Amino acid sequence: MSIAWYLAVSAIVFSLGSVGVMTRRNPLVVLLCLELMLNGANLALIAFARMWGNGDGQILALVVMTVAACEVCIGLGMIVAIYRRHLPIDVDELRELQG
Amino acid sequence: MSAVLFFIAAIAVIAGAAGVVILRNPFYCVLALVTHLVALAVLFLLLRAEFVAAVQVVVYAGAVMVLYVFVVAYVGGESDSIGDRLKGGGPVASGLRLGGAILGGALAVELLIALLGTGLKAVDGYGAGYSPGNGGAGTYGTPAYIGQLLLTRFLLSFEIASFLLLIAAVGGVVLARRRGGLGEDEERRVITPLDLLRPLITGTTAEGVGSPHAPAPARAEHAHESPVEAGTGGRA
Repeated sequence: MSIAWYLAVSAIVFSLGSVGVMTRRNPLVVLLCLELMLNGANLALIAFARMWGNGDGQILALVVMTVAACEVCIGLGMIVAIYRRHLPIDVDELRELQG
Repeated sequence: MSAVLFFIAAIAVIAGAAGVVILRNPFYCVLALVTHLVALAVLFLLLRAEFVAAVQVVVYAGAVMVLYVFVVAYVGGESDSIGDRLKGGGPVASGLRLGGAILGGALAVELLIALLGTGLKAVDGYGAGYSPGNGGAGTYGTPAYIGQLLLTRFLLSFEIASFLLLIAAVGGVVLARRRGGLGEDEERRVITPLDLLRPLITGTTAEGVGSPHAPAPARAEHAHESPVEAGTGGRA
């Protein structure tokens, strides 16, 4: 398959992730949709690396995976801290940054 | 053959992504994301990125998703009510959801125009020349190739990524740690300057029994507590 097909798949995955970030209210699912957006970007990076024939895009995809792991670590830690304080797990009701 | 595999994997990727957005139970969302990640690893393999595909399956679909499953199982309970409220939220909520879907569709169209309508001729090609080597450091996409790049040309980004992981690990521990006063079973011993001035057995049973190391109780509350404790100590 030509590179354009892979890019189309990555664009669709990225858009689906952005729809999820905009419409879902559970912060866990918002984090999952952020992962979807990062994966769409990863697929585009690896498709472009294949297009150029060098490994720079693959290295950048690995770095993106690292950043995604860090984001999961911090995000899930925040959700657990929110849950321990008996606050609602809902991004619409967590509008204020009060301790 | 590769076209058939591409279409199967691409449909699984898009279906998994749609499942994450559509499904209401967060647990099923995580499972849909696992499907998505495994199918995406197949696409990576088709793009000759063997090492990244292996990392995707082992680290992403394995470790990170297990973390998600744990947190969903821990937080779990309130998710269904949120989903029900999202379903029947009235005209404003459904209007917002429709607006989000329209914005996402517009974003998809824009990205497709930007990516496919570009003037790059190589986008329509099959990628640069690929020669199946012997699997050494010169072969595209193998672990040796990636490792050589990471430790020579991209050493700085490698170190920065590892430092970022360290910071995130420390931050996760600080965020998810048990704080004082939240639960009823946590009694934190407060250390005051008085602890340094008086002997260690002050206020304990050993003081009431009359340990040879203990000085005579000086304060009033110890004075009227000591007969009871002396009695129990005497029976024992």
